[in-house]
Amino acid sequence: MGLFHPGTSLVHRVPAGVKLAALCAAGIGSVFAATPVGVSAYLAAAVLVLVVARVPGRALVRQLRPVLVFVVVLAVFHALVSGPGRAYVVVGMLLALVLLATALTMTTPTSALVDVVVRVAGPLRRVGVDPERLGLLLALGLRAIPVVLGLAGEVRDAQRARGLGASPRAFAVPLIVRSLRHADRVGEALAARGIDD
Amino acid sequence: MTPTSPARPARDLALVATMAGLMAALGLVPAIAPFGGAVPITAQSMGAMLAGALLGPRLGSASMALFLGLVALGLPLLSGGRGGLGAFAGPSIGYLVGFVAGAFVVGWLTHRLAVRPGGRYVLATGIVVNVVGGVALLYLLGVPATAWRADLSLGTATVAALAFVPGDLIKAVVAAVIARGVYAAYPGLGPAPRPRPRAAADA
Repeated sequence: MGLFHPGTSLVHRVPAGVKLAALCAAGIGSVFAATPVGVSAYLAAAVLVLVVARVPGRALVRQLRPVLVFVVVLAVFHALVSGPGRAYVVVGMLLALVLLATALTMTTPTSALVDVVVRVAGPLRRVGVDPERLGLLLALGLRAIPVVLGLAGEVRDAQRARGLGASPRAFAVPLIVRSLRHADRVGEALAARGIDD
Repeated sequence: MTPTSPARPARDLALVATMAGLMAALGLVPAIAPFGGAVPITAQSMGAMLAGALLGPRLGSASMALFLGLVALGLPLLSGGRGGLGAFAGPSIGYLVGFVAGAFVVGWLTHRLAVRPGGRYVLATGIVVNVVGGVALLYLLGVPATAWRADLSLGTATVAALAFVPGDLIKAVVAAVIARGVYAAYPGLGPAPRPRPRAAADA
């Protein structure tokens, strides 16, 4: 699961925290680089990162397809309303930032990003946020996705066995009730391991 | 921890994580995407309403924040299989923030207005609450963000968003119907009972 594509490129080897910081800096910098030259530099940098990272093209296109369609519509709109120069700046910068963010996601394993979150959340301890609990929550969330999908399969089978068609209510209510009961059991298991203390 | 809710952090953690998982499952429901596909009609905005209606403001909004956290960490959980930090740079960022805010407002209003003592969920009130917190608020955040990210005027962005309103109104009704069913089938939801005056005096 996840969008990560393993590799050994330079982009893969840069620590996750550094990549995240660079992405934040690029996002802030984009406000000041909203000129045709600035946008060209951003686009060139984004393409360079993707080439160096050797991100598989098919996976990249799959991620970007919804954005690309929107970008084309938006480019035509801006070219007609405010001229081709403006269209290039607006659409190019949007595309560059999406490409950079996608590059980070595809070259960084989820576990490394979880570690960064736990580390960055360290100072929040003072305002009552427990970084380890945050990490636990992320791990529980990762685990909950396949569990809920499994429950959805069970509910669908049960529905079919009783000859019920595709009724959203007859599907959603039992799925949510089963999920809540699952949460109760997980809660008890966590409490048994001292999380309530 | 608010004084009215009993301290059960382990169950709270599990509920928040499970609701985030449900939200992810809703993303697998096929989306209809008329406007270029960048801001598709999804079952996921229904998830934000359900999270608030079922878990209340605090846990409901926490589950949406966790869901977005998992998306940001690189899981393709947004409808249409999108995910990663790229989703937060795109034009639907306002709607993503709106999931968290919407779950909070729907939860707050549901607990105050739509759930009767004894845990009965009032359908008509629930629909109104979902429209206010899950549709109106979502657009209030989503439309200006699209205008900002795509450099459109507010008027143009509003017109572009209008196509989604009928679908979202239907989802507000469906979410309320589902919430009523869950409230009836699963006891223990709704606001924690207020401590009786005698118990408060003891403390």
